[in-house]
Amino acid sequence: MKILTCPLNGPRNISEFTYGGEYHPMPDPNTTDSRAWAEHVFFHDNAAGIVTEWWCHTASSFWFLAERNTISDEVIRTFEASEIFNQRIDFVAASTKEDTA
Amino acid sequence: MPFGLLKYGLSNDYPAKHHFTPATQLKKHYDVVIIGGGGHGAAIAYNLAKYHGITNVAILEKSYLGGGNTARNTAVIRSNYLTESGVKFYSESVKLYNNLSNEFNYNVMMESRGQLTLAHSDAAIRSFRWRAEVNQHLGVRSELVDRQTIAELVPNLNMSEDSRFPIMAGLWHADGATARHDAVAWGYAKGACDRGVELHQLTEVEDIDITNGRVTGVKTNRGRVECGAVVQAVAGASSIVAKKAGIPLPIHCYPLQAMVTQPYKPILTPHVSSPQVHVYVHQTSRGEFVIGGGSDPYPLYNTRATLDQRESLSAAALELFPFLAQARMLRQWAGTTDMTPDYSPIMGLSPVENYYLDAGWGTWGFKATPICGVTMAELVATKKVPDLIKPFELERFYRFEQVNEAGATAASH
Repeated sequence: MKILTCPLNGPRNISEFTYGGEYHPMPDPNTTDSRAWAEHVFFHDNAAGIVTEWWCHTASSFWFLAERNTISDEVIRTFEASEIFNQRIDFVAASTKEDTA
Repeated sequence: MPFGLLKYGLSNDYPAKHHFTPATQLKKHYDVVIIGGGGHGAAIAYNLAKYHGITNVAILEKSYLGGGNTARNTAVIRSNYLTESGVKFYSESVKLYNNLSNEFNYNVMMESRGQLTLAHSDAAIRSFRWRAEVNQHLGVRSELVDRQTIAELVPNLNMSEDSRFPIMAGLWHADGATARHDAVAWGYAKGACDRGVELHQLTEVEDIDITNGRVTGVKTNRGRVECGAVVQAVAGASSIVAKKAGIPLPIHCYPLQAMVTQPYKPILTPHVSSPQVHVYVHQTSRGEFVIGGGSDPYPLYNTRATLDQRESLSAAALELFPFLAQARMLRQWAGTTDMTPDYSPIMGLSPVENYYLDAGWGTWGFKATPICGVTMAELVATKKVPDLIKPFELERFYRFEQVNEAGATAASH
């Protein structure tokens, strides 16, 4: 049994968790062209080594981040998303000018 | 004949012919360098040499011929996919497989024993009907079958209505088959090397030389090689190799585990899979039961076997075939699968000129080996993308034109 430590619930069996994909900083949706957006959505580093990725404790729906080695499957550390997301993100529609015109 | 056998048996130096002589010295220049000596790489080289007269070709393999995912897949051949692009592509591959032993004059042990996918719910029956219609329209033998037919096709299948997921219907694919995966790689490599292609094993590509957006050579652990074109066919390491050429790919690597029992007398003819309980089972011509299922739940570059997967595969296999409870497990292993977001491969041109991609082969690479060899060789030789693989180009992700192949793996959708 492999153990993953949830920042909220403590050490649990990894079968209680859902993998949520690589962590990438999101480009600004208002200024990014569709090519760069496609790359953000579909493309992955898929690195062999230590990566930062999203995980969710399924039973409590708690999302957090983990640093894990994708060769040895060793989890370096897990931490709350607030460590990276420490500011409120407001999604503002880019086309407000056209809407009012 | 008995004397020949006796002579062979008593000989000290086993007068067996080698399939091919491995190349020793790397040349300074090749017209085409193929990175990866698996089934795909060998098939591309074979087609370049035999049908396009391009023989100044090197296959660079970091380990040994057919030692990667070519050796690790569960040797399932079928074409009952769901998208038009997928069905056309894989059915061409099945046709080529049917003639492969003749093509090589070398036995790949192709056996068309059929494939049965089980439906345990109304939703599954609806999707199977859809698949059967698409398949029949494109000339692939697929049909929806009832419980009675299933019981006749697979007499020892658990047809109990008291099981957790009783079997309601099935998708019968008469074209489904299996072949010896090693022999496929060996046959292609032999045919390629006989025509002048060089296979360099223990030769790892460390870097890729690109000048003005065009590939000009590769740096290996045995020195630098100039070349006119490069094809990468390295399932399980596609992202790592493409990164050397500066090409990002929409791939995540997941381990896919399978296991095999000791050999038993022949009792199971077709390949049986169940998307509901996440398992597929077939019996090899040697008598072993091959048991496979879905991928691991998260990405990893590691081919370790886990107890979790062994438990879930065993539980699911016993649900279908209770008699396997007495079977002894021989081994369990994993392969690294390149999973794409739409469960379709990435084939064709890349952003780098003369650098061709044969990647994203997830869990559907072995069955595509012959058609992949034909189409990729045509692309390299003519620089024109064949219609059959046009939908699978990398560029589709930038145009939001994915080929959503829901029929991709027999066990995980």
